[in-house]
Amino acid sequence: MELLQMENITKLYGENRVLNKVSLSIREGEIHGLVGENGAGKSTLMNILFGMPVIHSTGGFEGEIFINGIPFNPKSPEDAMKAGIGMVHQEFMLIPGFSVTENIKLNRERTNPTLLSKIFGNKLERLDLSLMAKDSRQVLDKLNMTVDEYLPVAGLPVGYMQFIEIAREIDKEQLKLLILDEPTAVLTETEASQFLDVVRKLSEMGISILFISHRLDEIKEITHSITILRDGEMVKTIGTDKISIVDIARLMVGRNIDMVKAKDEERDIKDEYILELKDFKVNMPGEKVKGLDLKVRKGEILGIGGLAGQGKIGISNGIMGLYETSGTIIKDGKELPLNNPRNSLNSSIAFLSEDRRGVGLLLDDPIDFNIAFSSLEIQNKFLKKIGPFNLIDNRTVREHALKMIEELDIRCTGPKQHTRYLSGGNQQKVCIARALTLEPNLLLVSEPTRGIDIGAKKLVLDTLVKLNRELNMTIIITSSELGELRQISHRIAIIYDGKVKGILPPDASDEHFGLLMAGETLDKVVN
Amino acid sequence: MIVPIIFLILCVAGFFFTGLPATFLMNEMVIRLARNLILVLSLIIPVITGMGLNFGIVLGAMAGQIGLIVITNYHIGGGLGLFLSFIISTPIAILFGFLVGKVLNKAKGKEMITSMILGFFANGVYQLIFLVLAGTLIPFRNKNLLLSSGIGLKNTVDLAGIRYSLDKLIPFHKINLGFFQWLSRYPIATLILTLLLYLLVNYFLKTKLGQDMRAVGQDMHIAEVSGINVDKTRIMAIIISTVLAAWGQIIFLQNIGTLNTYGSHEQVGLFAVASLLVGGATVDKASWKEALIGTFLFHLLFIISPLAGQNLMNNAQIGEYFRVFVAYGVIGVALLLHAWEKEKARLSIDDS
Repeated sequence: MELLQMENITKLYGENRVLNKVSLSIREGEIHGLVGENGAGKSTLMNILFGMPVIHSTGGFEGEIFINGIPFNPKSPEDAMKAGIGMVHQEFMLIPGFSVTENIKLNRERTNPTLLSKIFGNKLERLDLSLMAKDSRQVLDKLNMTVDEYLPVAGLPVGYMQFIEIAREIDKEQLKLLILDEPTAVLTETEASQFLDVVRKLSEMGISILFISHRLDEIKEITHSITILRDGEMVKTIGTDKISIVDIARLMVGRNIDMVKAKDEERDIKDEYILELKDFKVNMPGEKVKGLDLKVRKGEILGIGGLAGQGKIGISNGIMGLYETSGTIIKDGKELPLNNPRNSLNSSIAFLSEDRRGVGLLLDDPIDFNIAFSSLEIQNKFLKKIGPFNLIDNRTVREHALKMIEELDIRCTGPKQHTRYLSGGNQQKVCIARALTLEPNLLLVSEPTRGIDIGAKKLVLDTLVKLNRELNMTIIITSSELGELRQISHRIAIIYDGKVKGILPPDASDEHFGLLMAGETLDKVVN
Repeated sequence: MIVPIIFLILCVAGFFFTGLPATFLMNEMVIRLARNLILVLSLIIPVITGMGLNFGIVLGAMAGQIGLIVITNYHIGGGLGLFLSFIISTPIAILFGFLVGKVLNKAKGKEMITSMILGFFANGVYQLIFLVLAGTLIPFRNKNLLLSSGIGLKNTVDLAGIRYSLDKLIPFHKINLGFFQWLSRYPIATLILTLLLYLLVNYFLKTKLGQDMRAVGQDMHIAEVSGINVDKTRIMAIIISTVLAAWGQIIFLQNIGTLNTYGSHEQVGLFAVASLLVGGATVDKASWKEALIGTFLFHLLFIISPLAGQNLMNNAQIGEYFRVFVAYGVIGVALLLHAWEKEKARLSIDDS
């Protein structure tokens, strides 16, 4: 019998269609896998099902959801919980200062009535800590957990925390469907295999499980059926035993862009390195780099890909010294001092940040000043000296801006327009213009097309290719969109768990990319 | 833990220079503790709810003063007058607390500065009402309260009618026994009420609502996802804080005996916050222990420092400067320490 049916779910964020007619159904006790790249719409789908506020504050969704055949329209997490849906979020939803018991019983505390509660309402009922502890012990035992239920969560190993989250969900008596969003991402291998046993046990107890993971072997091992999403579209729903890991990887990545790469001039890129990273570590929250080695050849476009959270974003930010960094960076044969953004800029490195509006632009300043700002600050360009004072030479700033606006085709009302009012693509071009003004020989580009419409995307990418060809500028482009990396890069490094998992040519097969991104080694595709 | 120890050392050192007898000092301290403990208590719940130090208790103090002005206007004194002022000030404090809570929910993460500015703003409205509207739009029966022009409240309101009405509620002085005569010198009833309120707050933190507040204080997002109504819980915390502050201010003023119409409430937030911090509390951690220790040390220093200044430098003013310096200084240091420890915690999370 179908427990959950989601039919033709469509969700728009503004103009952006993140889910398009996705359907999903799960039987009682079934473990259903949900896979897809970042941005494929997995999280959005789960947020809809769990009634997260972000869905309704952005205009709701289209389509229908049925639970046991009854229409269901969750408006808040509370609604979803009442309908028997539990969710273990990707980030821990545990309160560190609370004990294991308090966390398991969070907002479902056992209470005893008192005199005050009879007067002022049941919010003033007294907590019954011993009863709460007994409940917690019971569910922890179900999970074969020996942890003391009175310990504070703060000092526990991450693996334990994941189990405590599960314990909280199964403590809810009416739980019918449990959503697990990348539950094993933080677990060690033994913990993960224990965890999978627990999941199986839950399924035997009749609880349906919706299992989201990037680890394809896990998906293959534990699920009964799989749904694959790509770019908000449902690619396929299929029984797990009817599909191989390699096929899953291929369907996930898909070949949705034509290889428009102009093969006309396969420039000869020599084995001369402009940048070398050795045992490179960056402490960027959520995007940690953990001892990576990478060599970048002069004159190439190197793509850096990988799933979110694996550390690809951390690399450029680390090279620029924006986050705490250790290891060695060798630029043009010379060692670059770490953690010093000014020095990096002085060494002919320019950076287009993924945080365009936050780090990249002075939103309330005009275009011309934005373009001139960095070189004015670093290289003392655009200054005129009057007596002891250095003043900004507005005339040269303006002339330079006009030149850039024309060259890069920035659509604006003029060089005095504030960058806040430009579209995403044009903002990105202003960033590029500023980077060019620094006259770098190495350009780091981070997520250049995020939040930009398709037309502008192409322009930005074309600009990068042009810079590479005409000025022989080395470009390191970091992007979550594998498609665009494959479109313009000469080589693509896939980052997994803070290290380079492998380097592939852009015309390597989908399976190869899919497997590397999922942290598998390539021998699986040899056959 | 370092802050209370430093203050203890300061107090002990200062004590030797004052030349005061210890018994006098202790008598004075008992009275001051009774006067101030409830005001400091009012800060604890917002701290636990993660809203920082609620400088907005100034509004609670105003509510208390409004209650006192009303009963003085109708010449109601004694225990009844005091009781009535509690009754009148409570709904006003609830309203103020609700409004402050609403505003603070719009300024999450910036509660402290917002509540401080709200206090200044409310002071303006308060002055408008009692300086301009009193005697014109708002009729006053007791003409002694008004300035000679008939408009606006006098600078000081004599609270002789209710002076010591709580402190001496239990008539020990009528019992002609040495022990009870000795007891009658202390504000026993006030201390009992203070103890009861401390127990009540402690009990309250063990209820479902108290647990919700602790959850909200630790992590708003997780609390929200667990289905706790975060905004409502925060408003409740501020309402309780404001009501306690109103009561605290009434108790403070019945001991002092005069109301400085335009000044009594101004320093309430500052001194209560400083007291709590001296006790070793931080922006996100406070309990009754810190309130008690802090109030004791802070006011001990208040008594000692002018005298020590007089004896050391022949200038009482130096001690006065010192205690203002201490009040602001301790708040500044506490905020700095908080920022520093937050940074440290962030880094240690990254390392793991």
